[in-house]
Amino acid sequence: MRKMLETLGRYVMLMRKVFTRPDKPRIFFKQTVVEMEKLGMNSISIVSIISVFIGAVIALQMAYNLENPMIPKTYVGLATRDILLLEFSSTIIALILAGKVGSNITSEIGSMRITEQIDAMEMMGVNSANYLILPKVVASVIFNPFLVVLSAVIGMIGGTIIAIITGIVTPGEYVDGIRMYFQPYYLFYSMIKMAFFSFVITTIPAFYGYYAKGGSLDVGKASTNGIVSSSVLVLALNLLLTQILLT
Amino acid sequence: MIRVNHIYKSFDGKEVLHDISGVFEQGKVNLIIGRSGSGKTVMLKSIVGLHPIDSGEIYYDDILFSSLEGKKRREIHKRVGMLFQGSALFDFATVEENVMFPMDMFTNMTKEEKRERVNFCLSRVNMENANTKYPAEISGGMQKRVAIARAIALNPKYFFCDEPNSGLDPQTSILIDNLIKDITEEYQMTTIVNTHDMNSVLGIGDKIMFIYDSRIWWEGAKDNILESDNEELNDFVFASKMARQAKEMIMEKRSLK
Repeated sequence: MRKMLETLGRYVMLMRKVFTRPDKPRIFFKQTVVEMEKLGMNSISIVSIISVFIGAVIALQMAYNLENPMIPKTYVGLATRDILLLEFSSTIIALILAGKVGSNITSEIGSMRITEQIDAMEMMGVNSANYLILPKVVASVIFNPFLVVLSAVIGMIGGTIIAIITGIVTPGEYVDGIRMYFQPYYLFYSMIKMAFFSFVITTIPAFYGYYAKGGSLDVGKASTNGIVSSSVLVLALNLLLTQILLT
Repeated sequence: MIRVNHIYKSFDGKEVLHDISGVFEQGKVNLIIGRSGSGKTVMLKSIVGLHPIDSGEIYYDDILFSSLEGKKRREIHKRVGMLFQGSALFDFATVEENVMFPMDMFTNMTKEEKRERVNFCLSRVNMENANTKYPAEISGGMQKRVAIARAIALNPKYFFCDEPNSGLDPQTSILIDNLIKDITEEYQMTTIVNTHDMNSVLGIGDKIMFIYDSRIWWEGAKDNILESDNEELNDFVFASKMARQAKEMIMEKRSLK
């Protein structure tokens, strides 16, 4: 318990260092754009691949579960859309990014720590936490909600493809289902959730990397700890946000 | 000038620095020497503020550095140059970007002015034409020289070197030592070098502090080392047979004079 409180305290102290005014706003904006490409744009392919398959699987499962003459076939599209929007495209994508982006952040910052590059920055009078972490957080919080939209759209396309291939529902019925009872708030809810998750999946791995000690093996351990902690926090936060935003 | 008064530092109850006091003079190369694990790196890192001290005072000229925090401490750090044991060049940046980094962060120089200054600093350490290379593409000695170029980019008042010769061949070590000595005199910096390289001790040590058992065991200049009867210092400096023979020869020559 004491160790947990200590860790929390160190995390809060680090965040205080991170969220200060950048020394040079021009450099900060440049870094943020670079991070958007590194953490966001470079995740588009993995998000797309996973979304198309999961969208297809959800459509198949919905068709299987809704095999009842009393239930219109259009509900397959509707259910697929809502599952993608409400849960998959934010929470599951956040968990996937926690692994991909999280390990990237911890290993980058951790190796800078153990090779004294962070100390070198501090010695120059640079706020290293602000310089290294803030652009990553801002880039992810701004960019990742758009990944949610992309994931949902591609997931629905995946469902359409499987509908065409297997004939579980006609493409017309499926698309009608997607368009049925659409609530724009679901999209907003999903994007808001992703913004919060993005904060977690960047700051937690950055925290583990920033305080890494020892050698490359320890950076590996820090990376694992960062991913595990951020994944658990994403799930807990998901519960909390769902309770707040959907009730 | 840097002055330390009665500094103490422990890690998990183990005392690493015990009542350390001393003055590091401006325009001179001040050496901290001692065996591996004697506490010299902790001492250097405590003086620069990378390790918080348990008690005591550290003055940078008349400023009580040890009491400063946050922005005020960073203001002092802007006047500090540091050469790390592993060079600590930024992997993500080229040689030119590394040297330009402090200028990017703290000056309003134009791109041309910055490039001119980078080229000057690189020529000062004989590293011309390496601007576009990444740290991984140059040797350890070259990395050290680039790190020195980066450290002097903003004309620092204080210069710290942590084991500048570790991992280098004897010739490159002498080159780095001479560079440190030259730039210290040229820019009139307060330079503190932490080393266990005997060539450095006898070559550039204007003032030497020997750390033993977490304490300052001996202080003096490189010329005083030969005459010192401090047992621990002699065991450390003249550890090899060759060094002992060299000492005897020098002492013999001196007595003949």
